[in-house]
Amino acid sequence: MNSPKSDLPNYKYVGTRSIRPDGVDKVTGRAQFGADVSLPNMVHGQVLRSTIAHGRIRSINIDKAMAVDGVLAIITAADMPDIERRMVPLGEQQADIRDVADNVMARDKVLYHGQPVAAIAATSLAAGAQALELIEVDYEPLPVVIDLDAAQADNATLLHDEQITMTMAGPVENPVPTNVAFYMPLAKGDVAAGFEQADVIVENSFETATVHQGYIEPHATLVDAQIDGRTRVWTSTQGPFLFRTLIAGVLDISVSELQVIPTEIGGGFGGKLSVYLEPLAVVLSRRCSRPVKMVMSREDVLRASGPASASRIWVKIGARYDGTLVAIQAKLEFEAGAFKGSPVVPAVMTMFASYKMEHLLLEGYDVVVNKPKASAYRAPGAPQAAFAGEALLDELALKLNMDPIDLRLKNAVDEGDRAVYGPAFGPIGLKQALQAVKSHSWYDAPLAANQGRGMAVGFWFNVGMQSSASVRINEDGAVTVVTGSVDVGGSRASMALFAAEELGVPPEKIQALVGNTKTIGYCDTTGGSRTTFATGLAVVEASRKAVIELRNRAAMTWELDVEQVSWQNGQAIDLSGSNPPLALAEITAKAGHTGGPVGGDAQINAPHAGPGFGVQLCDVEVDPETGYTKILRYLVVQDVGKAIHPSYVEGQLQGGAVQGIGMSLNEEYLYNADGVLDDPGFLDYRVPVASDVPMIETHLIEVPHPPHPYGVRGVGETPIVPPMAAVTSAISHAIGKRVTQVPMSPPRLLSLIDGD
Amino acid sequence: MSEMIYSVPASLTEAVQQLAVPGAALLAGGTDLLIQLRGGRPVPPNLVDLKKIPELQLIEIGPDSIRIGAGVTGIQITDHAELTSLMPGFVEGVGLIGSTQVQGRATPIGNLCNGSPAADSVPAMIAADAVCEIIGREGSRELPVGDFLTGPGRHCLKVGEFVVALRFPRPRTNQSDAYLRFIPRTEMDLAVAGAAVNLILKNTDSGPIVADAKVVIGGVAPTALTVDDAAQALIGTSLDDAALLAAGAASTAAARPISDKRGTAQYRKKIVAVLTRRAAQVAFDRAAQQLHGSND
Repeated sequence: MNSPKSDLPNYKYVGTRSIRPDGVDKVTGRAQFGADVSLPNMVHGQVLRSTIAHGRIRSINIDKAMAVDGVLAIITAADMPDIERRMVPLGEQQADIRDVADNVMARDKVLYHGQPVAAIAATSLAAGAQALELIEVDYEPLPVVIDLDAAQADNATLLHDEQITMTMAGPVENPVPTNVAFYMPLAKGDVAAGFEQADVIVENSFETATVHQGYIEPHATLVDAQIDGRTRVWTSTQGPFLFRTLIAGVLDISVSELQVIPTEIGGGFGGKLSVYLEPLAVVLSRRCSRPVKMVMSREDVLRASGPASASRIWVKIGARYDGTLVAIQAKLEFEAGAFKGSPVVPAVMTMFASYKMEHLLLEGYDVVVNKPKASAYRAPGAPQAAFAGEALLDELALKLNMDPIDLRLKNAVDEGDRAVYGPAFGPIGLKQALQAVKSHSWYDAPLAANQGRGMAVGFWFNVGMQSSASVRINEDGAVTVVTGSVDVGGSRASMALFAAEELGVPPEKIQALVGNTKTIGYCDTTGGSRTTFATGLAVVEASRKAVIELRNRAAMTWELDVEQVSWQNGQAIDLSGSNPPLALAEITAKAGHTGGPVGGDAQINAPHAGPGFGVQLCDVEVDPETGYTKILRYLVVQDVGKAIHPSYVEGQLQGGAVQGIGMSLNEEYLYNADGVLDDPGFLDYRVPVASDVPMIETHLIEVPHPPHPYGVRGVGETPIVPPMAAVTSAISHAIGKRVTQVPMSPPRLLSLIDGD
Repeated sequence: MSEMIYSVPASLTEAVQQLAVPGAALLAGGTDLLIQLRGGRPVPPNLVDLKKIPELQLIEIGPDSIRIGAGVTGIQITDHAELTSLMPGFVEGVGLIGSTQVQGRATPIGNLCNGSPAADSVPAMIAADAVCEIIGREGSRELPVGDFLTGPGRHCLKVGEFVVALRFPRPRTNQSDAYLRFIPRTEMDLAVAGAAVNLILKNTDSGPIVADAKVVIGGVAPTALTVDDAAQALIGTSLDDAALLAAGAASTAAARPISDKRGTAQYRKKIVAVLTRRAAQVAFDRAAQQLHGSND
């Protein structure tokens, strides 16, 4: 375990592009996603959602709805436990379980349009839909707190009467009720003194819109609450164990009563780390003693799940003429939605993590507004922060008449440098990535009229945390690998490659599966870019235990000491040379006579995840008469540690870049003055379609991360961090004006060009 | 729960009978209808599928006219070489609807009857003087496409009537058309604004000039609008910059757009001028090429 292979050895299977194990099921339609699971006697659950964005619930009358033929149960918050406010750990973050419960089902107040106020179980969808219309909710409407300004105005309407501003160290001094839930300062040196040393100072204010993760598969669950108290929950989730914690917390039951079975998942991007339907389905299933299936519509998904925070970030940078950054100050305001907990903390921590700096003051504010509660979205908070920070660095480079990459190289962190948020970096590839972009042929390619080029840097911490893996070798020598990590980005292929390399068995003889909360040990969520790193570590450890066992069995067969047996290329080797090699299948075929089944298990807590740095380059062409932006070329360069399955790694880089391009150009929640979303569908909430982007070119830099035996560092989140700054800098250069707002949709860009 | 009868008539007579039920709906490609049903549109008591009536599946190109049946899909049109060379603007409008997959099911006549102000195939139909052939219990009638639509989602069909075919006058050799629309993406989107221009050129000593023109804009009013002032601005010119600017300004002046989630009224007024100019130029170049070709 403690033998880092930092000299980049030639692996036999790791680093190959093996066939993806989920591919056939997905292209033939056989894969079972959340809504595909059914049980005999199943009934259908549906949700009644708030028709106003802010108000008190005076009363809910279900009498008429209960009378509808086919309706078996109707529940409101009164049917759910009135739980205490307490924080529960959620892997890399934590959540106030009372807020989770209120988000799942409104109690007393509704805080956003679309928040559930009642749920129904009926024998048909049609009966349920008819009954939903007969539930009478009497609201006392309150003023809608629609954005950061409304939330922070003097005499602002409060969403939560008791809420005060907290910090890492407890409440602020003299706290008063407020919509500002959290204040996060990050200070270093003396920022005022720093600006005095500056030859050049730039500042600007940047805005981003509320955006959605845009996973294709809507939330869906099937719950079977059995009469013996055990409850099975099938659901589309990034974290079955996390969901177990959340459902148990909301319903005030023990986690062991629940068996959470993750289905195949059609995208998550952080958005499937929150429970919405599951606790309701559990209560409904208990009420009617039938399995209950609940599926969100796309409209429900957009109105009431996700999204990612809108933000406003003011930032000021001071530098010397030679490009040395001397002082940075910023104020980051993030919309949390209806409940506290926007990702403003990681936004503050990541914003300038790529640079060395003596004087810095970054202040983050977590602000509640009458919109759905913000959920994690791929590198939560970092894209918004990087948009402001990197776009202003681009402006600084212009002002200094300096190449933007040279400006970054001048200040970039390297091994041994301390991140602004604390720890010192190990080996990292930021400078290599910057050099790779600078030496790419596109960097000097000529641009025509109305074309522009932009680049930006991105950073994400990545995490490790807890994982479990089980490696079982069948009698025929084929291998089953089970982990508790849901596969959103190709982890089954990577887990198979780790086991293949360790056992010396080709990956096609290894089947990697995702277990559930009763069939495999605890696993933290698939998130934080942790799975290939941490769960991969568990698979390596479990495989190594299996190899020791295989050597033992061979030693027993040969009547040798185990030290005289080595394991090479999938076979036991007698180091004394007296016996011919014994293949894995020969050992496992006789396992019943030599001590029983062969395998290995590992439960680990992986510390010291390797941070991820990436650099992206974008060329655009702007139509000055329509404001349309065409992405001409797009390059993603990233330090990926070690690419276990390069195709999946490239896919992560491309996917993150495309999501960031979407946020840059068209993706945007459009709320009316009443706090009602006007674009709850993929027609008007415009994620990029395939023809909107060129082939995203990727370039992998592999600086191994020493604490991992294969040098793995997380790769999935970093690529969504730079695009907004890269794309808008390119547009800015094309039109000769700085873009400070995203999405830079065609109407907005034409207004900017025309100076309306 | 509401029930629906699904009928598959084999002839026009059968279809007319089955459509006589109040609230009955037609199914051609279904690419609008199925989404509307999913979105809460009341389930029709009778759904009449037109795809099995043989005479509705035809594209007929005659010496004087072109006829397209109600069951003809977008792909049948975009794959049709002769139609593409005769009416490239109409065909490109059809080719912009939805995506390739959608076009495999969707029909231009369905696009017309759905009545969206942003329908991509409609402006070029009007610009080409297309006529709707309508059938109903009381017999057949005809109506120019330009008079067919009365508002968003509304048209002149009476209960039990449906459009059997579109008939276009066959374009002359010195005639061509173009359609351009603006969307924020490259496909799978609805036009923020669109413009179809249909031009007839004539040769003069100093080169081709516009003998006749028709300009129709979409997405900027409750229905597609024919802009006579824009056409007049083009007629008699060789499409110089002044003529193009005047035509664009005429489109802007005629547009009566709303501000909505797809764009502000001001934005739509601006880009409809751009689209008019650009479409006029494309149509002119196409017609000029034909004129040139016919002289060879």
